[in-house]
Amino acid sequence: MTASPTTSKNVKTVSGITVRLAGDSGDGMQLLGTQLTNTSALAGNDVATFPDFPAEIRAPRGTRAGVSGFQVQFASEEIFTPGDQLDALVVMNPAAMVTNLGDLRKGGILIANVDGFVEKEFKLAKLEANPLDASVIEETYRVFKVPMTKLTRTAVAEHGLSQKVGDRCKNFFAMGLVYWLFGRSLDTTLRFIEDKFGRKPEIAAANIAALRAGWAYGETTEAFGESFQVEAATLSPGTYRNMMGNQALAWGLITASELCGKDLFYGTYPITPASDILHELAKFKNFGVRTFQAEDEIAAMCATIGAAFGGTMAVTASSGPGIALKAEGMGLGMILELPMIVINVQRGGPSTGLPTKTEQSDLLQCMYGRNGESPLPILAPRSPGDCFDIAVEAWRLATECMCPVMILSDGYLANGSEPWRIPDIASLPKIDIKHPEGADGDEPFLPYARDEHLARPWAIPGTPELMHRVGGLEKQEGTGNVSYDPANHQHMTDTRAAKVNQIAQRIPDQDILGETSGDVLVVSWGGTYGACHTAVNKCRQAGHSVSHMHLRYIHPMPKNVGELLKAFKTVIVPELNMGQLRMLLRSTYLVDCIGVNKVQGKPFHISELVNAIESHVSVPSKSTGNSKSTGNSKPNGKANVQSRAS
Amino acid sequence: MNLPVLKAADFASDQDVRWCPGCGDYSILAQMKKVLPDLGVPREKIVFISGIGCSSRFPYYMNTYGMHSIHGRAPTFATGLKSTRPDLMVWVITGDGDALSIGGNHFIHALRRNIDVNIVLFNNRIYGLTKGQYSPTSTEGQVTKSTPMGSIDHPINPLSLALAAEATFVARSIDAHVKHLGNMLQRASEHKGTSLVEVYQNCNVFNDGAMAYAQERKQRAENVVELEHGKPLIFGEKSDKGVRLVGSRLEVVNLADVPVDDLLIHDEKEPNPAIQMMMARMRYPEMPEPIGVLRAVEGVATYNDQINDQVEQAKIKKGPGSLQELFTTGDTWEVA
Repeated sequence: MTASPTTSKNVKTVSGITVRLAGDSGDGMQLLGTQLTNTSALAGNDVATFPDFPAEIRAPRGTRAGVSGFQVQFASEEIFTPGDQLDALVVMNPAAMVTNLGDLRKGGILIANVDGFVEKEFKLAKLEANPLDASVIEETYRVFKVPMTKLTRTAVAEHGLSQKVGDRCKNFFAMGLVYWLFGRSLDTTLRFIEDKFGRKPEIAAANIAALRAGWAYGETTEAFGESFQVEAATLSPGTYRNMMGNQALAWGLITASELCGKDLFYGTYPITPASDILHELAKFKNFGVRTFQAEDEIAAMCATIGAAFGGTMAVTASSGPGIALKAEGMGLGMILELPMIVINVQRGGPSTGLPTKTEQSDLLQCMYGRNGESPLPILAPRSPGDCFDIAVEAWRLATECMCPVMILSDGYLANGSEPWRIPDIASLPKIDIKHPEGADGDEPFLPYARDEHLARPWAIPGTPELMHRVGGLEKQEGTGNVSYDPANHQHMTDTRAAKVNQIAQRIPDQDILGETSGDVLVVSWGGTYGACHTAVNKCRQAGHSVSHMHLRYIHPMPKNVGELLKAFKTVIVPELNMGQLRMLLRSTYLVDCIGVNKVQGKPFHISELVNAIESHVSVPSKSTGNSKSTGNSKPNGKANVQSRAS
Repeated sequence: MNLPVLKAADFASDQDVRWCPGCGDYSILAQMKKVLPDLGVPREKIVFISGIGCSSRFPYYMNTYGMHSIHGRAPTFATGLKSTRPDLMVWVITGDGDALSIGGNHFIHALRRNIDVNIVLFNNRIYGLTKGQYSPTSTEGQVTKSTPMGSIDHPINPLSLALAAEATFVARSIDAHVKHLGNMLQRASEHKGTSLVEVYQNCNVFNDGAMAYAQERKQRAENVVELEHGKPLIFGEKSDKGVRLVGSRLEVVNLADVPVDDLLIHDEKEPNPAIQMMMARMRYPEMPEPIGVLRAVEGVATYNDQINDQVEQAKIKKGPGSLQELFTTGDTWEVA
C-alpha cells in the first residue's frame, strides 16, 4: 500500500459540504458513506450522518423502492445535523437520481454513473426517458456523467475477477472520485480494504485499483476543474473517535456496568432499528456481558426482570412494536421496584409502520402505555454521542430509585454518527450500589421499607435471612405482602409516583440556549436537537428574540421547566410526531404551545424550522388566541405548523 | 459446610394459604416442603417463580425467595435469573392455562434451551382463578362456562409437547399419590437441565373428579402405569396387564396371554424420544396413562452453563474488559 495521492489541480476551501450517495440497495452505498464519514472525522472535520435505506434487505433491483442512501455533512465548524440541502449528489442509477434530486441545491454537483442509465433501468424506475437528458438538469446543476462501470472494469481487469464480481468494485470507484473531489485521504479506506478483504487478496487488490482509478479519474479528466477542501473543525481538545448512536448506547451500558461493578445482562429480541445494540454488546462478553436473544419481546423483558431480581445490571431494548409487547412486563418491573433499563429506539409507526425510518411518536406510549398508574422515568439522548451519557445516567437513576428507567432513542440517532470525545475514565463517577447483607438483629426484614429517595432495599437471592416474595399483586408498604387494603393501594400508588417525581429535585436545572425570557422559546427533545439548535441559532443571528430549550430528562422534567416556559410569549414545539411533547407541556404546565409536526420518516430540515420560527417572531405575540388550529397534513411534504389552539 | 437441619415447617412462610379447601394444590405444597429439606440447599438459595393462576400463588407460601410474576411468563424470569445466578436453585410453578395457553411459547423455549430450572405444571384441565372456563388441556366436548355446548378444541398433551421440544427431563405425577409426587419432585431437582413434572391436580370446585380415574386409589391401578427405568410396563390391580410394542404402536395385553418378556421395557435414558412419545400419547380410557419419569437424559449442555462459559472463554481469550482499550481501539484522532 502506497500513500494517498495529492491533487495538482486548483483547490477551493469551503466551510462544509453535504453530500449524499445514492444507489441500489446492493450497490454498497452504506459502506461508501461510512468510509467517507470515518475519513472525514479523521481529517478533523465535524461530521454528522444520516443513512436512509429501505426495510427490504434486497428490494427489487433498480426500483425507486430499492434506493439506499447515505448522507454526510463534514465541516470545519461545529455542526449538529447531517445538513438540509445537498451540495453534491452521487447517483448510481436512474431510480436513485429521481428519488433524491429534489434535495440537491441549485448549482449543486450531480455525479451520475451513466452506465446505470440504460433503457432497462428507466423501466425499472418507471421513467419514460433518460432523466439526465432533460435540459433543465444541465441548466440547474453541475452534472458529471461518469461511465463508472466501464472504467471500473478496465481498472480491475488485471486482477482476473469475473465480470459480476469485478462490477461490485464500482462503489470503490465512486468513492475514489468523491475522495478526490473533496480532498479526502485514501488512507483510512485503503486500511479498511486490507482488513476486510485480507483473506481474498485478489478482491482487495481490485477494490484498491477501483478506488485509485476513481481518484485518478477526477485528477486527470478535464471535466473536473477544481476540488474542494474542508479544513479541520475547532472541536474541544481531546481524543476523538467516530460514534454511532446504537454503539454509544452499548458502550454506555458497558461503562455503567463497570462503574457499578456488576455484570451486564442484555435480554432482547431482534428488531429494527435496535438490533445493532445487541450486535455490539455480544462482542464484549469479556466485560461480563451476557446477551440473551429471547424467543419474543415479552420473554426478553421478563428475563431482564429475572436478572434484575438476581442482582445483575439488566437491560432490554426494542422499538415501538416490541415496547408494546413488553408493556405488561414493564408494569411488573415497576411494581416489583427493581432497577433495570428499557430502551426504545423509535421508528416510524403505527403498527409495523416504517421500520427503517425515524420518528418520535412513542413518547406517550412510554409515558402512559401500561395498565394502571405506572409512571417510569424517561430519558432521551439528543445526539449519537449523547447516547453514551444517557445510558450511564439511566442506570444511575434506576439503582438510586429502584425502578425501571426508559431511554427513548430513535432511528436517526441510532444509525447517525458524530465525533465523540473519549471521556476520561477515571473522572466518571462510580455508581454505588448497596445490597442488604443480612437481618438487622431480630427485626423482620422489610423488603418494601423506603430510603430517602423512597427506594426499597435491593435484597438479592442468596442472602441469608432476607427471603421474601415479590409479585404483581399490590404490596403492603414495608412487608411487601399481598394487600387489598384501600388506603395502602392509594399510599403505594402515591409513593411510586413520588419516587419518580422526586428525581426532578436531584437532576440539574434545565439549561437554555439564549435568553431565559423573550418572544419565542423553541422546545425540543430527542434526535431533533441538532436541527432545532441550528435553526434557533440562525434566527438569533438574524436578530430575533428566540431561545432554545432541549429536554433530555423527559419524565420527570427538570424543576425549572414550567417557570422557563412561562417566561416566553410564544412556545414552539417541533416534533417528529403529531404533538406528543406539546400535549405533555400543555397538560403539565398549562402553557399553550404551538406544534411544528412532521411524520414523513425523515428528520427536520433546518430551513423548515427557521420558517416556522420566523412566522411567529414577527407576529405580535399573544394577540392571536382565536386563530384556528388547522390540524390538516399538507400534501407538499413540508412540516405541518399548527396554529395556537383556541 | 455444616448446614442447619431444616424441617418441612421451616419452608412455610408467614402467609395464610388461600386455596379452596380440598384443592389438590395443598398436597403439592406439602410434598414440596417435605422434599426440600433433604436437598441440602439452604433456603436463601432457592427461588420459586410463578405466573398467574391458582397454582401461581405457590411462592407466597414458601419461606424462600420468590416471584409471583405475570401470566404465562414464569419460565422467562427463571431463564434471566438462572443465566445470571447459576448458583441458585430455581423452581417454576405453573398451570395448564399459564404454561400451555398464554405461555406456550416460553414453555417450549425453556425446554429446548435446557436451562437448569425445575418446572412443576399443575394440570387441572380448567381455568380456576377466572372461575371455570375450559383450558388447553380440557377434554373435547367438556362443558364449561365458556363452552356450554362442549369444547371443540383438541386438547394439548404437555408431555408430548415437552418431548417434541426435546426436553431432557419429563415426568408426570398425581396430587393424591403423595409418595410418588415427592419422588418426582426429588428426581426433577436432581436433574441438570430443564425438568418438567406434570402433576394431575384436582380442582374440586370447577372440574371435580376430571382425573378421578387416576387420582382415586381404587381406579388408579387399572388406569395408570407407573414407569420405572429398565422395567416392563405392567399395570392393573393384580399386575396382570402390560403394554407391548407391536410394529409402530403400543397395545395393552393380558399377561395371561403374553409373556412378560414381550412387554415394552422402559428406557428413560434413551436420547431418541420416539418411544417415550408413544408412551406419552397413551390416554385414558383406551390405554393406561403413564406416570413417573418418562425421560431423563443427562449430559446435555445447559443454557446457564454455556452462557457463563462463553463469558469465561472471552475473558481468557481477550483478557478482562478494559474501558480504556475499548475506547481507544480503532480510528481515533487528537484535537489540540
